[in-house]
Amino acid sequence: MKSTKFWQTIFIGLVLCSIVVPAFSASVNQTNEDFIAETFANQVPKSKVVWMKDDLRPAIANILGHEYAGLRIRYWQQEQRTAWILDEIGKESPITFGVIITMGKVEQVKVLAYRESRGGEIQQRAFSRQYADAELSEQKLDRHIDGISGATLSVRAMTSVVTLALYLTKFINQTE
Amino acid sequence: MTPFRKTGLALSLMVAASASHAAPPTNEEIWALLQQVQQQLSDVQQQNKQLKVENQTLKVKVDQTEQTANSAHETAEAVAEATESAVKSASTSKTTIGGYGELHYNNLEGQNGAKDKDEIDFHRFVLFFGHEFNDNLRLFSEFELEHALAGNGDDKPGEVELEQAYFQYDLNDQHRVSAGVFLTPVGIINETHEPNTFYGVERNNVEKNIIPTTWWEGGAMLSGELPQGFSYDAAVTSGLKVKSSNYAIRGGRQKVAEADAKDFAYTGRLKWTAIPGIELATSLNYQEDITQGLDATAGSAMMWETHAVINKGAFGLKALYATWDLDGTGPADIGADEQTGWYIEPSYKVNDQVGLFSRYSLWDNQASNSTDSEYTQWDIGVNWWIDPQVVVKVDYQDQSAPTGSEKEQDGFNVGVGYQF
Repeated sequence: MKSTKFWQTIFIGLVLCSIVVPAFSASVNQTNEDFIAETFANQVPKSKVVWMKDDLRPAIANILGHEYAGLRIRYWQQEQRTAWILDEIGKESPITFGVIITMGKVEQVKVLAYRESRGGEIQQRAFSRQYADAELSEQKLDRHIDGISGATLSVRAMTSVVTLALYLTKFINQTE
Repeated sequence: MTPFRKTGLALSLMVAASASHAAPPTNEEIWALLQQVQQQLSDVQQQNKQLKVENQTLKVKVDQTEQTANSAHETAEAVAEATESAVKSASTSKTTIGGYGELHYNNLEGQNGAKDKDEIDFHRFVLFFGHEFNDNLRLFSEFELEHALAGNGDDKPGEVELEQAYFQYDLNDQHRVSAGVFLTPVGIINETHEPNTFYGVERNNVEKNIIPTTWWEGGAMLSGELPQGFSYDAAVTSGLKVKSSNYAIRGGRQKVAEADAKDFAYTGRLKWTAIPGIELATSLNYQEDITQGLDATAGSAMMWETHAVINKGAFGLKALYATWDLDGTGPADIGADEQTGWYIEPSYKVNDQVGLFSRYSLWDNQASNSTDSEYTQWDIGVNWWIDPQVVVKVDYQDQSAPTGSEKEQDGFNVGVGYQF
């Protein structure tokens, strides 16, 4: 009995000690600025905006499954590469994604900040690698993404955002 | 043509040419012509002056238009920024509300003395409240009403429960600590049990009777991500307090309601999700004293659980095994020193909205004695997701009770559930 109490105390002590460990930033994996700087090897192009005008709004609402709550979307473009930073709610909180589109295909999608209480597995590289080289197919992603149990909504958010980035890149390249 | 004719033609042409050639102009004629030209020149100069003035006016106007356009552009930018930040602060509230609920219709026939079950029941109505204090600290809670009506009396079969209420603090990007009432990190549906996340109207009997889902305790937990796709949870919490009549695990949940905490419980889980679509996990739970010291013939207990969840394309598979090992002569005497169960559940998504499943379950709360106390069950059914968060479920169950009692319930269930 006495030894059990001893180990009990040790366990609780260890847990408390770990609280003292200095806490850095929140669950922010990379700041938006760092993502853009890394994407363009520190030669960051001037950002531009896409205005949510008439015919663009319904197309975007169709992709996201809801209206886009904003007037314009910012992007960075250099030659064939376009970078987007988009927020989308998983279950309760917004997840910040960074998406790079190159020649109409997904080069990379990264979770920049994750705030949900569950489903953090989408941050793993093996998961986001499923989106590599994905293309647009009739306003949808050209492939099925294997989900994670307990994270269906986070996966949906990532898929919507990647599809949106592909669609917007196509849109801006057409209208230029 | 003869040479004569040619010359004649040439001569007549020369005469015609010289005839059109007027006589050299007189001085008056030249003067008049000059004056005409001068007038024309003067007119052109006048027009030129006028054009210059108009041009200047146009230039000024163009400049003004450009300025107006620039200023309009700046205004639009300012309006956009202001609107966006207003929308953002309105929509990203730090407090979130969510919930889930399920209505069940059970049509089960009791065999060999078991009761029939013909019921419509709003099995669970749950509200989630969450709040973000800052980027590192959040609160999450789950408040539940079971069976619609709670209180004293047989006509009030319900329960009001606090299933979760914990703070979560991020130590850094990979590790976090939670404190409060939270779900024990074991099993497949213990933590993820919203109706649209599993097949079958009722929760499966293996997790229900062995784990025992839904199982929550009060205490502290350290969780985090490790390299190579591993993640862990380590918790120290309040423990179970089973009844000495049968030492059945499910009856031992104290639900943190003035829970007897003479003896604690420790849980550890390791999960692997490196391959998308695959989750493998294993948990160990150690109970210091399964009756919180009330029964001297019982002592500590240990649970081992392991499971796999696989989702590849349209195919799905869930498999789980859980076993309890209880110390002491009390449980051993009635064979409850081993309580075990497992199930396997293959499923197939016909399309995005419809999924079919089948499940074979086996569980035994008195596994170690020779008396047959083993239950098995076959389930087959369909889930129809009207929306990813709203589901209609139908399933058929065929139970097999232990030989001897054979009391079982077979029939079908229909359920409607939502999550938001």
